[in-house]
Amino acid sequence: MLASPTPLHIPDGFLSITVSLLFWVVTIAVLSVAVRRTESVDEKQVPLMGIMAAFIFAAQMINFPVAGGTSGHLLGGALAAIVLGPWAGMLVMTAVIGVQGLLLQDGGLLVMGANLLNMGLLTSAIGFGLYRSTQGRQRKLKLGVAGFAAWLSVMAGALATSLQLWLSGTARLDIVLPAMLGIHAVIGIGETLITVAALAFIFRTRPDLLEQTEGPARGGRGWIVVGALISLAVLILSPLASTDPDGLERVASDLGFLSQGTEAPFKILSNYSFPILGEGALSTIVAGLIGILVVAAIVILITRSRKTQPH
Amino acid sequence: MHANVFDRYHDGSSLLHHLAPTVKVVVAVLFILSNALLPDGDWLSFGISWGVILLLNLLAQLGLGFTFKRSFIVLPFTMAAITALFSLPGETLAVWDFGPWHLVATDLGLVRFLSIVVRSWLSVQIAILLVATTQFPDLIHALEHLRLPRMLITVIAFLYRYLFVLTDEVMRLLRARQARSAVLPGQRGGGGILWRAQTAGNMVGQLFVRSYERSDRIFNAMLSRGYQGHIRTFNRHEVIARDWLIMALAIFLFSILQLFAHL
Amino acid sequence: MPPITHTPSQPAIFQELSEDCPVISIDDLSFAYPDGHVALKNLNLTIEQGEKVALVGPNGAGKSTLMLHLNGILKGEGELRVGGLPLKKENLPLIRSLVGLVFQNPDDQLFSPTVFEDVAFGPLHMGLPESEVLARVDEALAQVDMSGFGERLSHHLSTGQKKRIAIATVLSMAPQLLVLDEPSAGLDPRARRGLINLMRDLPVTMLVSTHDLRMADELFPRMVIMDEGQIVADGETSALLKDEALLEKHGLEKP
Repeated sequence: MLASPTPLHIPDGFLSITVSLLFWVVTIAVLSVAVRRTESVDEKQVPLMGIMAAFIFAAQMINFPVAGGTSGHLLGGALAAIVLGPWAGMLVMTAVIGVQGLLLQDGGLLVMGANLLNMGLLTSAIGFGLYRSTQGRQRKLKLGVAGFAAWLSVMAGALATSLQLWLSGTARLDIVLPAMLGIHAVIGIGETLITVAALAFIFRTRPDLLEQTEGPARGGRGWIVVGALISLAVLILSPLASTDPDGLERVASDLGFLSQGTEAPFKILSNYSFPILGEGALSTIVAGLIGILVVAAIVILITRSRKTQPH
Repeated sequence: MHANVFDRYHDGSSLLHHLAPTVKVVVAVLFILSNALLPDGDWLSFGISWGVILLLNLLAQLGLGFTFKRSFIVLPFTMAAITALFSLPGETLAVWDFGPWHLVATDLGLVRFLSIVVRSWLSVQIAILLVATTQFPDLIHALEHLRLPRMLITVIAFLYRYLFVLTDEVMRLLRARQARSAVLPGQRGGGGILWRAQTAGNMVGQLFVRSYERSDRIFNAMLSRGYQGHIRTFNRHEVIARDWLIMALAIFLFSILQLFAHL
Repeated sequence: MPPITHTPSQPAIFQELSEDCPVISIDDLSFAYPDGHVALKNLNLTIEQGEKVALVGPNGAGKSTLMLHLNGILKGEGELRVGGLPLKKENLPLIRSLVGLVFQNPDDQLFSPTVFEDVAFGPLHMGLPESEVLARVDEALAQVDMSGFGERLSHHLSTGQKKRIAIATVLSMAPQLLVLDEPSAGLDPRARRGLINLMRDLPVTMLVSTHDLRMADELFPRMVIMDEGQIVADGETSALLKDEALLEKHGLEKP
C-alpha cells in the first residue's frame, strides 16, 4: 500500500554528489520562481495548495488492478498542474515528494533535487503546457491531450531518472534506459487512464473548477512552448538514446561531462579533485566543499531576494 | 489499515529526542553527504559510519537493530544499480549474453555496485532515525529555521495535517468499492481494464472535488480566526549551546572520516 | 474603534461596549449565492449580551449561511452590526475577534499539525505578543478541560476531543459571541453530555445551530427557528417546543 507509485523515487546513494547538487541547483532555481509567482495570486492560494498536496498524496493510493498482480497508480504531476496551474502544480508536487522523502524515506534527501525535478517539475511543465494548447477547444480534445500529456510526463520522469543514474556512474545507459522507458510506457498508461477519468469526472460535476485554470491567470501561452519543447526532447531523446546509447555518451564526453577514466567516471569535478591542489585528500574535500558552498550561496541569495519583498 | 501508519515517530526522552530538530536535520544531511563522498570500496570507512548509526540507535534508546530492520525499503531500487556491475573495465568475473547485451561483470564493477548499495543503506538509516526521534511538526519547524520559503512550509504543514484525513477518505472509498465488487460463481468479475481504470479515475475525481470543497471550508475557518493572507507561527525551537556543541562534534567527526578516507 | 489588546481574564471588549448595545443586530438581511440560490430573505435578529440562543431548522434553511455572515465571511444585502460595529471591511479584523465561529466538522476547524498551533492561530493573527498568546492558549485549553494537550497531533484526537479543541481555538481569541455549528453532531452519548456541560459552564454569549432539540431544551432559554431563509419563530424554547404544529410545519420533531 505504501509502495511508490512508480520506481522513480531515487534513494540516497544512487546519485553522485555532483549530479545531486547540480539538480538541486536547477530545482531550487525553478521553485524560487514558482514561489514568487504563486505567493501573489490570492490569499486562498496557500490553503488550497496545502489541501491539494494532501489530495495528490492520497490519490496516489488509489489503484486499480491491471493484470498478473500488478496495479495502476497515479503519479499526479500532470493532473495537479492541469487543475491548479503550472507553478502551483510544481509546489504541490514538491510538498508531496518532500514529505514522501522526509517522512516515509520514499526517495532520499541529498538526491531530492533530482526527484523533485523528475516527478514534480517536468511532469507539471508537460502536463500544463500541452493542456494549455487546447484552450477554447472541445472537451474531448482537452481530455485526449491531457491523457497524452499524463503518459509523456511519466516517460519524461523515467528518462530523466535514467540519465541521472547514468551520469552518476550508477547504471549502464544501454540497459537502464530501455528498461526504465519500457516499464514506464506501461505505467504511463495507468497514469493516462486515471488522469482522463478524473478530469472527465470534474468536467461533469464541477466544470467551474477547471475553467479557473483557463486564461492567462494561471500560465500564459509561453507554457505551450515550454511544454512542447520538453515533450519534443523526450520524444526524440528516448528512442535515440535507447537505440544508440554510445552516441549520447559521445556527446556527453564531447561536452566534457564524462571522463573516460577507469574509476569513478562521469563526474564534472573529475574524481572530486581541485586542480590547483593536485590529487590529494585535501583537494577532494575542497572540491566537495565548493559544490556545497555553491548550493548554499544560491539558497541564501534566493531567500534574501524573497525577504526584501513586502511580507 | 488506518492512516496512522504514516506516523513514524517513536516517543522517547533520549538525548536524540531532545536535540534541536534543526541540528538533527543538518547532521543527518551531513551524514548522507559524508557517505556520498566516501570512495568506492572503502569498507573501513563504511564500517565506521555504520558504527555511528548503531551508536545513535543506542543513544535514541530504540534498540540496536531499529534502523536496520526498517532499512530494506531501498532494496527494490538496487535493481537500477545492478548494471553498475557491467559498467566498469577491470578483471572479468563473469560474462553473460542477453540478446543484444554483452554483459561483462568486473571486479571494479562489483566494488562499485556494493558501494552504492551500502551508501544507500547507510543513508536511509539516518533518515529513519531522524523521523523516529522527531515529531514531524518539529521537522517542519526545522525547515523554517533552515530558511525554506514560508509558503512552502505552510503547504507542507497543511499536507501533513490533511494527509491523514484524506487517506482515511481514500480507505473508505476503496472499501466501498471492495464491498460492491461481487462476483457470481462461474462468472468473470471485475469488468475490463478500461472500466476498472475509470472507476479508479472517478474516485480520484471525487476526491479532488471533495478536497477542493474542503479547502473552501478550511479557508473560511482561517478567515474567521483572523487570517489575512499571511500565516504567522511561533519560533519555538531555540538552538541551545548543547545543540551547537553536538553539531560541531558531528562536523568534526565527518571531516576526520573524510580526511582518512581520502589520504 | 476600541483597542484590540486585552487580557484573557478581563475581556476589555465587554467594558468597551455600552451595556445596552446588542452583540448582534441584523436588520433586513438578504443573501443569494452566486448560482442564484437565495439563502437568506429579509432576516431580522438581535442577540443581547449574555444570551444563549439555539438556532434550529431543517437542512438548507440557511442556518450555516447566517452564521457565515456573523463575522463577515459572507456579505449580504442589509445591515448587520456586531457589538455596535457595522460590518465593513475596515472593521473585519476586530469583528472576527469578537465573534468566534466554530465550524461543524472539526477537521475543517483544526487545520494545523498540532493542537497548540491551532489554538494559537487566532491570537497570533490578532497580533498579540507571544507571551500573551501562550497565556491564552493555556487558558483556552483549560476552559475546555484539555490542559496538557498542546503538543498532541490533531489527527490523534477522538471526535469529542477534536470538538473541544475546536471550541478552544476560538476561546483563545476571547470572543464576545461564540457561534457553534452543530456541536453535538456525530458524538456518542458520553461525549455529547461532556460537551453540553462545557457549553453550560462557558460564561460567553452563544448562538448554537443544532438538530438536537433535547439539548436545546436543556441549555438554551431562547430558540430561533429558521426555514427557507427566514426566521419563522423566535421565543422561549420551552414554549416553542410545545407547539407541535409549528415544529411539524418546519420539519422538526418534538423531543
